[in-house]
Amino acid sequence: MTKISRLKNNTIYFDNSATSFPKPPAVVDAVVDYMTLVGANPGRSGHRMACEAGKIVFQARKNIAEFFGVKSPMNVIFSSNATDSLNLAIKGILCQDDHVITSSMEHNSIIRPLKMLEDRGIISITVLPGDDSGIISTGELDSAKKNNTKAVIINHMSNVTGIVQPVAEIGKWCKKNNMIFILDCAQSAGIIPIDLKSDSIDMIAFAGHKGLYGPTGTGGLIISDSFDVRKMNPLKEGGTGSMSDKTVQPNFLPDMYESGTLNVAGIAGLSKGVEFLNNMPEKLKSVQLHKVTLQKYFIEKASKRIDGFKSYSASSGFGVVSFTIGGLSVSEITQRLSDDFDIMSRQGLHCSPLAHQRIGTFPEGTVRFSFSVFNTISEVETALEALKIIRDGK
Amino acid sequence: MWAVDVLNKNNIENKLIPVPRDLSSDCGYCVMVGYDLIAQAEEFLKRENIEFDRIVDLK
Repeated sequence: MTKISRLKNNTIYFDNSATSFPKPPAVVDAVVDYMTLVGANPGRSGHRMACEAGKIVFQARKNIAEFFGVKSPMNVIFSSNATDSLNLAIKGILCQDDHVITSSMEHNSIIRPLKMLEDRGIISITVLPGDDSGIISTGELDSAKKNNTKAVIINHMSNVTGIVQPVAEIGKWCKKNNMIFILDCAQSAGIIPIDLKSDSIDMIAFAGHKGLYGPTGTGGLIISDSFDVRKMNPLKEGGTGSMSDKTVQPNFLPDMYESGTLNVAGIAGLSKGVEFLNNMPEKLKSVQLHKVTLQKYFIEKASKRIDGFKSYSASSGFGVVSFTIGGLSVSEITQRLSDDFDIMSRQGLHCSPLAHQRIGTFPEGTVRFSFSVFNTISEVETALEALKIIRDGK
Repeated sequence: MWAVDVLNKNNIENKLIPVPRDLSSDCGYCVMVGYDLIAQAEEFLKRENIEFDRIVDLK
């Protein structure tokens, strides 16, 4: 994989679960091209530049719809990020006295909106503990189900440990029990193939700026072709460029859920990020193999070489590794990695307090390395040497 | 934009123009095709389940 040359020579970036870096050159070029050659607001004016902007946004919708197995590009709703999308889905579909089932491995982008609704007496929540690693089962779903259960809302892949929930089984269960299934794909999009139709998923929230290699400020909610949008209220109303003589929000997609000017520069880049993944030999298989290789190498070598090293992620995961080193605080480790070795990582609770409670690392948290397709074994080896130096106090 | 995509794929010549005010209050643009292509255009759009408001003679 070609490295982008703007990094300092020895900088190693292992914080791709926060946002991926670097981005493919085509992504950067698309953002710059939009800002220097196109620049207009799509769907508002009728001039050439606005049409060009409209084409960029449509192509992005089309790329993303195909990527996730959705027939209509209109079912791709752009937002600022996965959190934005999850707030739309959660607050849009849940009503008074609804019950929701979720897992113990959720990010605050799911738990906080749910808790807010629960605190206001609107909904009730069941948090399934799952097995030791937090993976839930249909048996637990059966036990948690109530007459007023409306939805199962979970993340596909944990941003703390990288565990992957059994989406196909859960989707099947939801379909059988007539429940809405909302999947947070912030960490899994661009790594694990996701098909809304075959896995019976009603909606997925994705971040454009992580595994899809788009710019920050992009994300979306993809609604399955079979979902009845009358079941989901918009989160905001405003100008859409359509029905401009009316003071009511349009009731068709995507306008119903997209008010205000889109982040067209970001969407231009996101479109190229998806194309970048599609152009890889064997597509997501290449991505998975690369990340599995890096993760396995890191965990196996660290376990042997670094006293007190403990991984909370399986060695076969897709590039999200949480670990601790006995006797050292996670803050100290990440600070020394950054200051002394120019290695970027994330410490703490990763906005997922429940997950850390589940794996037993609350409240200190862990150090997290999260790899991208641009990271190399050589970089992992450098990090291993750095951790050994930090551990041995030299 | 979806309509343009489908029409282009099926070699139906078309042009995006600003929405005439007497047709719609919508901002943005609409798709213009020649008279002789209207029936084909309509057929291709219906096949893809692309909803459109109406077809209007611009004469």
